[in-house]
Amino acid sequence: MKKFKYVTLLITSLLLVLTLAGCGSQPLSSQNVLENDKQTNTITWGVKADQKLIGLIDVKDGQEKGFEIDLAKAITKKVLGKNGKAKFVTVTSQSRIPLLKNGNIDAIIATMSILPDRKKVIDFSDSYFSAGQSILVKKGSSIKSVKDLNGKTVTSAVGSNSVENIQKIAPKARVLQLPDFAQALTALKSGQGEAMTTDNVILAGLAVENPGYKLVGGTFTTEPYGIGINKGQGDFKKAINKGLKEVIADGTYNKLIMKWFGNVPGFNYKEVLRK
Amino acid sequence: MIKLLVDNWSAFISGFGWTVLSSIVALFFSLIIGSLFAILEVMPSKTARVIGNIYVEIFRNIPLLVITMFFYLVIPLYVVKINGFTAGTIGLTIYTSAFIAETVRSGINSVDIGQMEASRAQGMTFWQAMRYIVLPQAFKLVIPPLGNQFINLVKNSSVLAFVAGFDLMYQGNAIASTTFETVNTYIVVGVFYLVITLPISYYMQHLERKLA
Repeated sequence: MKKFKYVTLLITSLLLVLTLAGCGSQPLSSQNVLENDKQTNTITWGVKADQKLIGLIDVKDGQEKGFEIDLAKAITKKVLGKNGKAKFVTVTSQSRIPLLKNGNIDAIIATMSILPDRKKVIDFSDSYFSAGQSILVKKGSSIKSVKDLNGKTVTSAVGSNSVENIQKIAPKARVLQLPDFAQALTALKSGQGEAMTTDNVILAGLAVENPGYKLVGGTFTTEPYGIGINKGQGDFKKAINKGLKEVIADGTYNKLIMKWFGNVPGFNYKEVLRK
Repeated sequence: MIKLLVDNWSAFISGFGWTVLSSIVALFFSLIIGSLFAILEVMPSKTARVIGNIYVEIFRNIPLLVITMFFYLVIPLYVVKINGFTAGTIGLTIYTSAFIAETVRSGINSVDIGQMEASRAQGMTFWQAMRYIVLPQAFKLVIPPLGNQFINLVKNSSVLAFVAGFDLMYQGNAIASTTFETVNTYIVVGVFYLVITLPISYYMQHLERKLA
């Protein structure tokens, strides 16, 4: 009887080791994403769900809406053909790269700047948007530019490069990293910080919804947004880049820019149009 | 993983420090507040029992995150400015105190009613009987469940990450999202939590053996 116990233990541990080894050698992310997507006729995009104008889940019908959503749909149609479906998965600044790495999503289109540090981990498509970091403050605040932030408390979201930028430009600013931008704004509103910082398009969306707040000081960085793609997915990256080029060439891109950013006060949409 | 630990050592250690501090403060106050409400719940006066019950039922049944967010976002708006660390620790204290109150009450209830009656017959007041006769016996009985509460408290302190409380989880999130070494970072964070919780676990076991 005792012998039997040992054998069972041995087999169980062997199975466990095999399973773990299996995990190591053939992760979901190392499969060919483009072929999988062509088979299912679907591209799964990681998108933001809490950013007005860019990617927001409409509470009324539960649908994602925004510039990045429309762009993702347009690119999907170019890559997979007219009947191609775009499936959306909500991500945050913090969760997007892990979700891409473990194969939950095929591509990230979620206000992600192309950065050298990120390029070590994932690949980027060509840039699809040029944003820049800015500051949001309460109207009547004494903060006029990024220099005034020294000694002040600034809120932002964890996992965005805005935090590192601020620490370089205004080293004496105290930065609070909250789970997402909505909470960073709520923290600003309840007086936990004097300003909020991130990319201007994100702040523009927040300023539209919160009339008591405004952008100040213009942009102090350039943040080219790119579509995040897993390493080793050369075919998929090529297809996405080709799709993006076609979307820009046939005028769809500019139409989408006009649709979403045409009427935002303090935001010059002409700067981001593509020819 | 060693490199990750070395590179971010100061961040991990400061996070560890804030987590320990928050846990100790919350543990101390929740034990006091919890015991007080436990006594309220078994007092002869009906009003006291109702007050005790209301407190326990409210704070035991609201998620910790909601209580914490209330202190972080709502209280500064209307009452007084408190930072994330304080808000998180207050939330943690209130939430845990409700559970400790229930635990201690069950301990008091399991002490034979004759003990209280006999003490009162000796001329002791209710509070004297509680202090010298009932509570010492009750605490001995509830050491194992109290240990559970303490361990839960340490783990729940990760709520501070949501209100920028600079604790272990907050630093972990920040490190994971800048180094992209998600797996390794959270393993290190997990080990740091074990460094706090395992000694508590062993100490409670030791206490249980010694007193029981």
